[in-house]
Amino acid sequence: MKLSLGLLAIAVAGAIGVAPVAARAQQQITGAGSTFVYPVLAKWSADYARKAKVQINYQSIGSGGGIAQIKAGTVDFGASDKPLTPDELSAAGLAQFPLVIGGVVPVVNIAGIAAGSLTLDGRALADIFLGKVKTWNDPEIAGLNPGVKLPDQRISVVHRSDGSGTTFNFVNYLSKVSPEWKAKVGEGTSVAWPTGVGGKGNEGVAAYVERLKGAIGYVEYAYVIQNKMTWTAMKNAAGAVVKPSAQSFQAAAASADWAHAKDFYLVMTDAPGQDAYPIAATSFILMYKQPKDAARAKLALDFFRYALEEGQATAQSLDYVPFPDSVVRQIEDYWHANIHTK
Amino acid sequence: MSAAVQQTVPLPAARRRRAGARVGDTVFGALARAAALLVLVLLGLTALSMLWGGWPAFRTFGWHFFAGTEWDPVTRRFAALVPIYGTLVTSAIAMVIAVPVSFGIAVFLTEVAPRWLAGPVAAAIELLAGVPSIIYGMWGLFVFVPFMADHVDPWIDASLGTLPLIGPLFSGPPLGIGMLTAGIILAIMVVPFVSAVMRDVFALVPPPLRESAFALGATRWEVVRRVVLPYTRTAVVGGIFLGLGRALGETMAVTFVLGNAHDFAISLLAPGNSIAAAIANEFTEADSDIYRQSLIALGFVLFIVTFAVLAVAKLMLLRLARQAGR
Repeated sequence: MKLSLGLLAIAVAGAIGVAPVAARAQQQITGAGSTFVYPVLAKWSADYARKAKVQINYQSIGSGGGIAQIKAGTVDFGASDKPLTPDELSAAGLAQFPLVIGGVVPVVNIAGIAAGSLTLDGRALADIFLGKVKTWNDPEIAGLNPGVKLPDQRISVVHRSDGSGTTFNFVNYLSKVSPEWKAKVGEGTSVAWPTGVGGKGNEGVAAYVERLKGAIGYVEYAYVIQNKMTWTAMKNAAGAVVKPSAQSFQAAAASADWAHAKDFYLVMTDAPGQDAYPIAATSFILMYKQPKDAARAKLALDFFRYALEEGQATAQSLDYVPFPDSVVRQIEDYWHANIHTK
Repeated sequence: MSAAVQQTVPLPAARRRRAGARVGDTVFGALARAAALLVLVLLGLTALSMLWGGWPAFRTFGWHFFAGTEWDPVTRRFAALVPIYGTLVTSAIAMVIAVPVSFGIAVFLTEVAPRWLAGPVAAAIELLAGVPSIIYGMWGLFVFVPFMADHVDPWIDASLGTLPLIGPLFSGPPLGIGMLTAGIILAIMVVPFVSAVMRDVFALVPPPLRESAFALGATRWEVVRRVVLPYTRTAVVGGIFLGLGRALGETMAVTFVLGNAHDFAISLLAPGNSIAAAIANEFTEADSDIYRQSLIALGFVLFIVTFAVLAVAKLMLLRLARQAGR
C-alpha cells in the first residue's frame, strides 16, 4: 500500500510535469526560424563549435516561427526568408541583416521533359498557379518553348501547405509580374491558393510533384540539386532565359541595391540584370538592437562574422550562394552601428 | 471470566484492523474519485482554453466561420467549412468501409475460423493497430496514391462519375490524392480498433445461448444476427464510435494523402483539408493573431464535433436499450 502510493505520487508528479530543469551549458547561443538556412547553419555551427567552443542551438521551425520566437525574446537570433519592413523592425526593436542567398525553382513532372528543357516566364507561371492555364500544351507555354514537344496533359499544381519563406519569395515574384495575381491572391508566407494541392515542407512538395503526373511545384534550389529534380529554366525581366545556378543567383544579388536598402529590406525577385535569376531569395537574421544579454549577442555576431567571412566555401559546397565581400562589409558596418553588444 | 477475557482480547485488534481498512477505503475512494474528476476538469479546461483562444475568430467572423469557404492568410479572412467538411467526409468514408470489414473479421475470428488460424489472424490485425500513423501516411503517398491515380480514380470517374445526382461526388481528375484516398487509409487505421472490440465482445456471449440457438436449427448467420448481435449491441456500437473518434482526430496519415487544399470541392476525388491536418500544417507559421486564433477556433470546432458524435452515439444506445426492453 505504501509502496503503491509512493509510485502513484511519482506517476502523478511525472504527469503534471515536475521535472528538474536542465541546467544551461556555458557558451551557448540559440536561434530559431527558416528551414532553408538550416543545412548550412548546422554545418557552420559544427565547424565553429570545434574552432571557438561555442555551441549554436538552432531550431528550424520555419520563418514565421523564427519571427515569433525572436519577438517573444526566447532566442538570441531569429532567421527568416521574408524580410521585415523597417517599420516592423523598429516597432520590435530589432535589427536585420542578410546571411545567404538561394533561389526558388519551379520543378515539373512531365513525361519526356528533362531537367532544364522547359522554359517558363513569370506570366505563364502566374497563370498556371491561378488555374487559368490548365494543360501543358497551352499556347502560352508552347509559345515560350518552340521545338519542345508538350503533351496534352492536365497540369497539377503543387504548393506549400504550411507557411514558408519559400512561398513568400515565390508569390512575391508572381505579384511583381502578374497584376492579376497581385489583385486576386497577393503575397505572404502563406496565401489562399486558387488551385492545387499542398505539401508540407520542401520535401512534401517534392514528393507530390514526383507522384503526380503533369505536376508543377516550387522548391528551394539546394533541394532541387540534392534530389536531382526536373527544374525549369526561367525567362527573366531582361528577357533572357536563365537557369537556376550559383552564377545566376549571384547576378541577381549583384543587381540588387543593398547599400540603399534600409535595414537590408530588399526582396531580390524579378531582378533587372541580364543574367539574373528571377526568383532569387535571401535568408535574413533578426537580432535585438539592445540585447538583454549583450555577451550572448556578441557571441552570435562572432559566429555570423565567421559564417560570412570564412564559411563561404562551406556554403558553396552545400549549394548556397555567399554574399560578395562588399555586402559583407556593409553588414558588419550595420552591426557596429545598430547592435549594441556592450 | 477467563472466557470473557479471551473474547475481549481479540476485539480491539479486529476493530483496529477494520478501522484501518475503512481509512484505506476512504483514501482509495478519494483518490479514484480525484482521478476521475481530474479527467473531467482537464477536459473542461481544454475546451475552455480553446474557446478562449479562438473567441476573437468566432467574434470577428460570426456564423460565417462555419459556413464560408475562404481561408486567406493575406486578407486575413478565415472560414472553416472546407476543413469541417473534409473531416466529416473522410471519417464517414472510413466508417462505411471499416464497420462491415471489422464485423466480418470479428465474426470470422469468433464463429468461423479454426483455432489454429484465428490466433495468427487476430495477432496480425492487432499488429496493425501498433503501426505509427506516419507510416500509414508515407505508405499512402508512395504506394497507395499512385495505385488510386492509375487504376481506381479513372474508373470511378468514368463509371460512377457519369451517374445523375451522385455523379458530382465521384467525378474529377485522377490525382490519387483526395478525400476518398484519405478515407480509405483511415479505414485501414481504424479497422484494428473496431474489430478488436467486436471480437472481444462476441467471444463473451455465453456458450449456452449460442448452443441453444444452434440446437434449434439456426444457421451460423442466424446465430450471429439473432443471438450474438443483440447480446453485444451496446459494446459493438461503442467500438464503432471509438473508431470514429480516432478517424475524426487523425492527423499525420491524413495530411499526407488529403492534399491540404482550402478550396471547396464536393467531389470525393478532389483534394480537401481536415481540421487536424490544417492545424498541424499551419500553426507554426501562423503569422497574424487572427490566423492563429482561427486555427485555435478550428481546434474547438473539432472538439465540439467529436463531442457531438459521442453524444449522438450515447443517445442511440439509450434508444436501443429502451427498444430492447419493450
